[in-house]
Amino acid sequence: MLQIRIHGRGGQGVVTATELLSMAAFEQGRHAQAFPSFGSERTGAPVVAFCRISDHEIRLREPILAPDVLIVQDPTLLHQVDVFQGLQPDGYVLINSKRSFHDLGLAEIEQRFRRERLTTVPATEIALKHLGRPLPNAVLLGGFAALSGLITLDAVAHAIHHKFSGKVAEANIAAAAEAYAFVQRELEELSHAQAG
Amino acid sequence: MLKQVEGSQAVAQAVALCRPDVICAYPISPQTHIVEGLGERVKNGALQPCEFINVESEFAAMSVAIGASAAGARTYTATASQGLLFMAEAVYNASGLGLPIVMTVANRAIGAPINIWNDHSDSMSQRDCGWIQLFAESNQEALDLHIQAFKLAEELSMPVMVCMDGFILTHAYERVDIPEQAEVDAFLPAYEPRQMLDPAEPVSIGAMVGPEAFMEVRYLAHAKQLQALDVIPRIADEFEARFGRRSGGLVRGYKTDDAETIVVALGSVIGTLKDTIDDLRELGAKIGVLGIQSFRPFPLAAVRAALQGAQRVVVLEKSFSVGLGGVVSTDVRLALSGLQLHGYTVVAGLGGRAITKASLQRTLREAMADQLQPLTFMDLDWRIVNRQLEREAQTRRSGPIAENLLRDVGPVASKVS
Repeated sequence: MLQIRIHGRGGQGVVTATELLSMAAFEQGRHAQAFPSFGSERTGAPVVAFCRISDHEIRLREPILAPDVLIVQDPTLLHQVDVFQGLQPDGYVLINSKRSFHDLGLAEIEQRFRRERLTTVPATEIALKHLGRPLPNAVLLGGFAALSGLITLDAVAHAIHHKFSGKVAEANIAAAAEAYAFVQRELEELSHAQAG
Repeated sequence: MLKQVEGSQAVAQAVALCRPDVICAYPISPQTHIVEGLGERVKNGALQPCEFINVESEFAAMSVAIGASAAGARTYTATASQGLLFMAEAVYNASGLGLPIVMTVANRAIGAPINIWNDHSDSMSQRDCGWIQLFAESNQEALDLHIQAFKLAEELSMPVMVCMDGFILTHAYERVDIPEQAEVDAFLPAYEPRQMLDPAEPVSIGAMVGPEAFMEVRYLAHAKQLQALDVIPRIADEFEARFGRRSGGLVRGYKTDDAETIVVALGSVIGTLKDTIDDLRELGAKIGVLGIQSFRPFPLAAVRAALQGAQRVVVLEKSFSVGLGGVVSTDVRLALSGLQLHGYTVVAGLGGRAITKASLQRTLREAMADQLQPLTFMDLDWRIVNRQLEREAQTRRSGPIAENLLRDVGPVASKVS
């Protein structure tokens, strides 16, 4: 079972991101469960949401304490919330930022986890370009598809189409595709650097 | 048809498939998405004929439901927490009058302190109100139970409450199989009221009854609940025959046949318990779980039959009778009259406290070693409890308890869960 935890702030579409993820997994014929951390959400307040993906029925309903995947929609949370709590040794981390892990002060995380599974993507900037609004949630799912290969960009696009319509859907899909390409390039550069 | 939807939307679709004539509700978390989903369907014409009535309070919601049902309309409403308490007087009237209203309770704690999260305090507070109370383990079961609930309510002419865990189910996206309209139509016949306010054949409903017949009217309500003990499993059988899956019924065991220890629980925590039991079984423990789907009527015989072969019973409940202990436990104990079993009550998950597999496993291991206290509050933070008790012992004006404890806990934003 794959367990994904998304951290963000109220208004950034954290809950919607896990819903989209669960729909993308459903599109691929898998069982999925998405649920929020059930706070009294306020704009700007830290929000956590969860998604489980499995080939079998998912019965477990505890919050995700030991995630395989962490997506951080707002890097300012790094100083406020222990987002890495419980992260599995082989875990994936995707952070919305223009800066690298090193520049974000996360060199220690780079040491502890698998480097090729950690990356940042400027999702807010990509969202502003395509949507005109700083909504990084769907964009990051494109990045996550590239980082992990655990869901396809196609399934993400389907899920976005399911949840949104018209221009909003098209803009989100274009933004997710750009994030996908961005992360793919980053991973290629990293593998060249490591090979060199 | 398989769909990946939010639990509330799944229930809204199920209720719409039952073709209600009147829906009335007042919004309260975590029930709101259900009635919003239904309101949308009425407004866009997908659900018709149906009147959606916005009311000014929960008391009005149940009062309108009573009026609509008495006029012969298939009637639905939903509420939670303080909303259920606010409509309590009318809730008793609905069952006292024998009106087959179906209501979702999106289970949520009761204040004070105000808390929007899940536990079972709300529906348990109405345990004796005369409504049938069914509990859903998953969103699929919640969906299925609503379809069964209308059939059950109308057959018996009694109201039915479908209880589903607020947020944990109502706000969870998961896979559900949504039946076709024709299948639901074939399962659920048109409503034929036993009593109806009809200008063509005038009657009054709601007479005052004095000592000469009050006990008899009340006994008849009990007799109907006893009939429900037969009707509930029969409807679950009919549902299974038509839709191909088992939902509802009185009780459902998981790995209980050879179990020495059986955990009894209601609602969505049964899922987490099943995973915990699989883990404990791998370690050699003979343990199982008995889910109670029908809490009222309480299936005394079925519970006894399922538990009598075990050595110990752990009742895990999200409710709590202050000054006594478990609410469900008391009923389970009645079912086990005369049997010599070790019995434990574990109160867990109050006000949305997460019930984790790790905590369950630890608690159940203690139970299996017969080292558990008869009444245990799982994951209680004794540090802040004791600090408050000390404060009260030392100072007369120790101040408001909730505020004191929040100060002792400190900021929670830095914690993940």
